[in-house]
Amino acid sequence: MKLKLHVWRQNGSNDKGRLETIDAPDVSPDQSFLEMLDDVNLVLARAGKDVIAFDHDCREGICGMCSQVINGVPHGGQERTTVCQLHMRQFNDGDEIFVEPWKARAFPVIKDLVVNRNGLEVIMQAGGYTSCHTGGVADGNALLIGKPVADYSMDAAECIGCGACVASCPNSSAMLFTGAKVAQLAVLPQGKVEAQKRVMAMTEAAKEFGFGNCTNHYECQASCPKGVDVKFIAKLNREYMKALVS
Amino acid sequence: MILDGKCPTGPIETSWDRHRFESKLVNPSNKRKFKILCVGTGLAGGAAAASLGELGYQVEAFCYQDSARRAHSIAAQGGINAAKNYPNDGDSIYRLFYDTIKGGDFRAREADVWRLAQVSNNIIDQCVAQGVPFARDYSGYLDNRSFGGAQVSRTFYARGQTGQQLLLGAYAAFSRQVKAGTVKLYERREMLDLVVVDGVTRGITCRNMVTGEIESYWGDAVILATGGYVNVFYLSTNAMGCSVTAAWKAARKGAYMANPCYTQIHPTCIPQHGEHQSKLTLMSESLRNDGRCWVPKKAEDCENPAGEIAEDDRDYYLERKYPSFGNLAPRDIASRAAKEQCDDDRGVGPGKRGVYLDFADSINRLGEDTIRERYGNLFEMYEKITDEDGYKQPMRIYPAPHYAMGGLWVDYNCMSNVPGLFVLGEANFSVHGANRLGASALMQGLADGYFVIPYTIAGYLATVKPGEVTDEHPEFKKSAEAVKAELDKLLAVNGTKTPSEFHRELGKIMWENVGMARSDESLKEALKLIPALRDEFWKDVKVVGTNEQFNQELENAARLVDFFDFAEILTRDALNREESCGGHFRVEHQTDDGEAMRNDEDFCYVAAWEFKGTGVEPELHKEPLKFENIKLAVRSYK
Repeated sequence: MKLKLHVWRQNGSNDKGRLETIDAPDVSPDQSFLEMLDDVNLVLARAGKDVIAFDHDCREGICGMCSQVINGVPHGGQERTTVCQLHMRQFNDGDEIFVEPWKARAFPVIKDLVVNRNGLEVIMQAGGYTSCHTGGVADGNALLIGKPVADYSMDAAECIGCGACVASCPNSSAMLFTGAKVAQLAVLPQGKVEAQKRVMAMTEAAKEFGFGNCTNHYECQASCPKGVDVKFIAKLNREYMKALVS
Repeated sequence: MILDGKCPTGPIETSWDRHRFESKLVNPSNKRKFKILCVGTGLAGGAAAASLGELGYQVEAFCYQDSARRAHSIAAQGGINAAKNYPNDGDSIYRLFYDTIKGGDFRAREADVWRLAQVSNNIIDQCVAQGVPFARDYSGYLDNRSFGGAQVSRTFYARGQTGQQLLLGAYAAFSRQVKAGTVKLYERREMLDLVVVDGVTRGITCRNMVTGEIESYWGDAVILATGGYVNVFYLSTNAMGCSVTAAWKAARKGAYMANPCYTQIHPTCIPQHGEHQSKLTLMSESLRNDGRCWVPKKAEDCENPAGEIAEDDRDYYLERKYPSFGNLAPRDIASRAAKEQCDDDRGVGPGKRGVYLDFADSINRLGEDTIRERYGNLFEMYEKITDEDGYKQPMRIYPAPHYAMGGLWVDYNCMSNVPGLFVLGEANFSVHGANRLGASALMQGLADGYFVIPYTIAGYLATVKPGEVTDEHPEFKKSAEAVKAELDKLLAVNGTKTPSEFHRELGKIMWENVGMARSDESLKEALKLIPALRDEFWKDVKVVGTNEQFNQELENAARLVDFFDFAEILTRDALNREESCGGHFRVEHQTDDGEAMRNDEDFCYVAAWEFKGTGVEPELHKEPLKFENIKLAVRSYK
């Protein structure tokens, strides 16, 4: 396949940035999107040109490093798929493809397609945990957790922290990310103890960092590569209300 | 030199308890005076940083990714072992200890493995307390599954994402300490040197991967939890950023590299599809609980669709060769068996380098829903990559480099031969011997991080004065200058080939000559090809951009420099070890039916290599292995 790429190039957060058109003349349908970019970079590097910087690591859809908006959609629009698992057979010969970084004020660009997602760290540090020390905990089977509850918690825990939810949201809201963690822990007996403190602290941290609020666009769920459900935002809101009135 | 692992003597059942009691302690108010650097934030590093921070030490942690949550531990799918014996099927600490020693083909230290088995139960409790959503049954109790090399169900799991969930648990504990101010994270940093002053570890030199700045960090102890090195094969199941660099920088400063030839080739990976491929994808070994491996009996059937091959014309080779373990034979054995079938011209798929993993029987027996519930995400991943539906036709799999059993040499305290340098998880060599059993890597990472290093590091710190040497010491400046000089040298070559092209070539040399089957001839060939490629690299590599920017080409080139030196030592170790054991298979040493043949008389030792300079023969130090609790035996899974 022959493709024409329009790639966002930006040298640091102070640079204004621009789209650059680059040809990808020999693309195999079995390649992943990132392998296609590897090939493009190989040609650029051989010619002594600056290669396209993009974050990536595990390339099996679990580490959450990859962060590209493809044709306007975070991760490229294939359902439940990260960019690294997006394969070129999803495209057609002759396609023009726009490749951009996560776009959100809370995620400043480092270079080209690489952004700084420190805001998500700050939310986690505010309370995304149970405050247990290493050692001195009860036997794993001392707490019985029904399968439906364990499954619900696991559904929420699938979040890979990539930030696509933020990038797809018109408000740059991190409520799906936050809600997933709040919900995962709030339904478990070991997480209930601190549920109220947690939801307040995490929500406050998100607000302070400049993430917006949810106005029910559901773009986050649509772009989430793990299919994390917006019901966890509803859960976040319920937990928040509970904490507020208690 | 004969090395001493400083293992406790006496009855093994009480060895760790006695050692903990006999180790020195640092009193609570003194802990905050000590600074510990922790490189790597995966299961071992993340758990260590969190636990040490909780104890009150000042911890500085480093990772090359943008967050501590992204380390490659996250990709582990199948599960984590523990000797809980919840299913009442005969498990015990002793059995987990025994299985691990046997699984490692009797090339690991007994005391270290015992400790691992003993603390395995604490890990599950710890993770549950953190809110890790392990699979549960309808009564609310924890569920277990089986894994290779064991006849009991001792594996705890969280769908096909166990590594992710355990890492997120450790990351949560880690984040809590960042908030508390005991842990400081330096993300997007690559460690490019270990600073050693008068033979003692005093700190590290890093490159800030965003600005290119070369930064110095001092600590009273340094922990390396930097993972494994199988990206030396270029194509592997590791993340793209996994490298030997941190460990190798330590080796350059005198730390011994132990058993580097013990590399694990994982049997259930998606076969390679083309020349432009960047990595191989693992399908969890847990699939072998319900999938059956087979190839056509007749070579002429290999081109036909699997569904058209009659039951009688299929060779379920693992069930045939290893009736008691069947499809759950350990990884090294399952991988060699797959290679054997393909070498016999009975492989399937492109290039005939693949075997079938067939779920039809299980789907008939249990229904597609049950299979989907157990492995849904794996089937989905398989379909995305291959465009084939694993529910409708058998998956195709082939072995791929996956894990490093070898690593930096450490004593029982997880301290290397350079005082103050501790090595945890996959980065050390200690517990898996010559082959790691499935679901044991997560166990080791968390054991080292949560339950070993908090005790053993105190024994060392109690003997040193906190802050005795800081980054004011001239050695730090010297190290930073040397790092900068090497990066400048790479940028100055300005040749014609990119770092990734060289890496691909190195990988090819290693896979063909030092891969699943190694011979005297192939190893000697590799020892000629590696230095030649390295020379070409230094004459012809082209690294675009500058140091003072975000520069992934430079990162890759710098990692490759270390892979070259390391590849040579790996090959030398494989040449020296004139026996077959676990993942190390020397074709000269096999039984009539192709099984690995150990040589306990001459090779029952840990080979620890001292680096003497690029292109110079390294020096071999031996640590004899003593088996006082388990009788050395031929490892059989028949």
